[in-house]
Amino acid sequence: MSSFTTQDSATRISVGDAITPEDLSSSGAAADEKTARYALILGDDSLILAQRLGHWISRAPELEEDIALGNIALDLLGHARFFLTYAGTAWGKTEDDLAYFRDEEEFRSARLVEQENGDFAKTIARQLIFSFYSHELYSRLVDSADETLAAVAEKALKEVAYHQDHAAQWLLRLAGGTEESQRRMQAGLESVWAYVQELFYDAEPTAELAEAGIAVLPSSLRESVMERLTGIIEQAGLRVPEIKGAFGADRSGRFSEQRGFILAEMQVLARQHPGASW
Amino acid sequence: MSAQSPQLHPVEATATTEQISEDARRAAEEARVGWERFEQLIAEDKRVEPRDWMPNNYRKTLVRQVSQHAHSEIIGMQPEGNWITRAPSLKRKAVLMAKVQDEAGHGLYLYSAAETLGTPRDELYEQLYTGKAKYSSIFNYPARTWADIGAIGWLVDGAAITNQVPLCRASYGPYGRAMVRICKEESFHQRQGWEILYTLSHGTQAQKQMAQDAVDRFYGPALQMFGPPDDESPNSKQSMAWNIKRFSNDDLRQRFVDMIVPQAEALGLTLPDPELKWNDERGHYDYGDLDWDEFFSVVKGNGPLNHQRLAHYRAARDEGAWVREAAAAYAAKQQQAAHDAALLTA
Amino acid sequence: MTETAQQTEQIPAGGVIAADPAERSLWPLWEVFVRSSRGLSHVHAGSLHAPDASMALRNARDLYTRRNEGTSIWVVPAAEIAASDPDSKGGYFESAQGKAYRHATYYTQSEGVPHL
Repeated sequence: MSSFTTQDSATRISVGDAITPEDLSSSGAAADEKTARYALILGDDSLILAQRLGHWISRAPELEEDIALGNIALDLLGHARFFLTYAGTAWGKTEDDLAYFRDEEEFRSARLVEQENGDFAKTIARQLIFSFYSHELYSRLVDSADETLAAVAEKALKEVAYHQDHAAQWLLRLAGGTEESQRRMQAGLESVWAYVQELFYDAEPTAELAEAGIAVLPSSLRESVMERLTGIIEQAGLRVPEIKGAFGADRSGRFSEQRGFILAEMQVLARQHPGASW
Repeated sequence: MSAQSPQLHPVEATATTEQISEDARRAAEEARVGWERFEQLIAEDKRVEPRDWMPNNYRKTLVRQVSQHAHSEIIGMQPEGNWITRAPSLKRKAVLMAKVQDEAGHGLYLYSAAETLGTPRDELYEQLYTGKAKYSSIFNYPARTWADIGAIGWLVDGAAITNQVPLCRASYGPYGRAMVRICKEESFHQRQGWEILYTLSHGTQAQKQMAQDAVDRFYGPALQMFGPPDDESPNSKQSMAWNIKRFSNDDLRQRFVDMIVPQAEALGLTLPDPELKWNDERGHYDYGDLDWDEFFSVVKGNGPLNHQRLAHYRAARDEGAWVREAAAAYAAKQQQAAHDAALLTA
Repeated sequence: MTETAQQTEQIPAGGVIAADPAERSLWPLWEVFVRSSRGLSHVHAGSLHAPDASMALRNARDLYTRRNEGTSIWVVPAAEIAASDPDSKGGYFESAQGKAYRHATYYTQSEGVPHL
């Protein structure tokens, strides 16, 4: 029935005028040591999740979903590049220095984003939690006293709103689809639930920066994020898992077996050629 | 009904009841009128649209070509997708992710075009899944190094674009329109590949070596993407007569060779063909014979990765089945609920 | 899609909705229309498969506006589009031809007269 596709305005493409990591890099904005360490936390979560989601492309349940997950991964990678670029300004490092040449114990990612993709339901569970968390986070970070963080948050907030919607739509469909999909969606939530609480850990130096109006205190997000998560899970007809947070929720990586594998794969080529340009 | 000869089917012709022969006569008349109009459209280089009458062979040829093209995009996601998690810089990771994602989109545009010919997408998927359908042989070669990502962008996408630009004027409207969108979007694919190779060939010795090695491996298979030589390509003639194909395999291959020679020079890399040299008389580059035995062997399923590519595709389809069914079931329930609600308020 | 096929898709009262027989795909086909900027019409961009309208809209956003192509999207089930029959092209569109008097260029007397 596609008998009347036109070649004019529907395919008119443009770059748009949103900020890019390159803009940030050339803007001259420089983070201080503490702000940089905070930016690392934000950047690492996005980077690791983008890395995980990138693996879905060519493996999604349907072509349309390959594209949807690809868009989300690209958004997250964009957020990571903003935050790592900005963090790097404090130490004279590039985004790639930070992404490829830090070791396991130097990363600050939460274990939630490090979790394996699992089946589509587990990925959706992880997306649901992370997007609800980051939406709340960015909706407050837009008011940061640090102009750069505020600007990045403004861009990220709009994108994460869509990630939330994507995850919620799939939650409803999987929960209300077939018996099998309902079982898998419930199992998906349960498989990642122990790692929700780590998102709200006030890693150093967040508390101090929050006081100065620069950072958002993670623990201050807990109540609203959990309320919204509980609401949507119940609306979908599923049970909110009664699983306690896993021990070691401090973003240190000391209690993660997965971070090492993720970095081994992500960094392998860059580390084989230290100092090379790509 | 045979499209080429709009005559009565023998069974219909000998049928005894008047109704059957009346139906057959009317169908034959419709085919005759349709055939004339189709011929006229082609002669005037106009576009054929989905609801137009078209000969069965034209329809079959298009479904085969368009779906093969779509399958190639889908399988083509694998060799490059293989490097998304290992891309050596975040910028390259973003570029590669966007590119592989574009390929999913291009597959989708092409499946949509094929569907307008009456074959549903799930049926086309099935043909790929069962190994009945073909796709471009080049994707059965491995992307082993990062430089392969550069070579795929520069040579494989370069060859694809050379092939696709004339297809924007293919006589079948939806195919041509899909190609316009694809060509527009792909303009960045070849450039990013060339840029990767340029950076490598101006990098460390190891990087330059990596780049040269990738070009050595992809040059021959890329040239073979245009298909067998003209004298061994039986379907080409008909496709050209129908304005689906505008140039022969060898013409397109020559155009591509002429294009990449100066590009290779700009890269500072060598194309692995000792017979490659400018021919003043022809106004083209001469190039050496390609290994067609290898080509046909890969087409027949014996390439290095045919089995792996298909297994990857099947695993994704199998593992996604419950998701597709769940979404369909949810939609049906919602529709049913809306319907019931409407009955209650009626 | 022919009219008869559309009629057979009527939802049976109180009955279970059958899968679209004409589609033969698990997820139906949707046609996508994109408005590239304010002041312009929605224009057909292509098609896609989705389980329902709400996912179709989202898929359309992901597929057809990756390069900033649009500010608004419509999706329509492909099966719901009624199209004119190309076989009756003559009957449908012949009448509009040969009626030059519907066009301003037909009236030449006023040439050179301002504002006419």
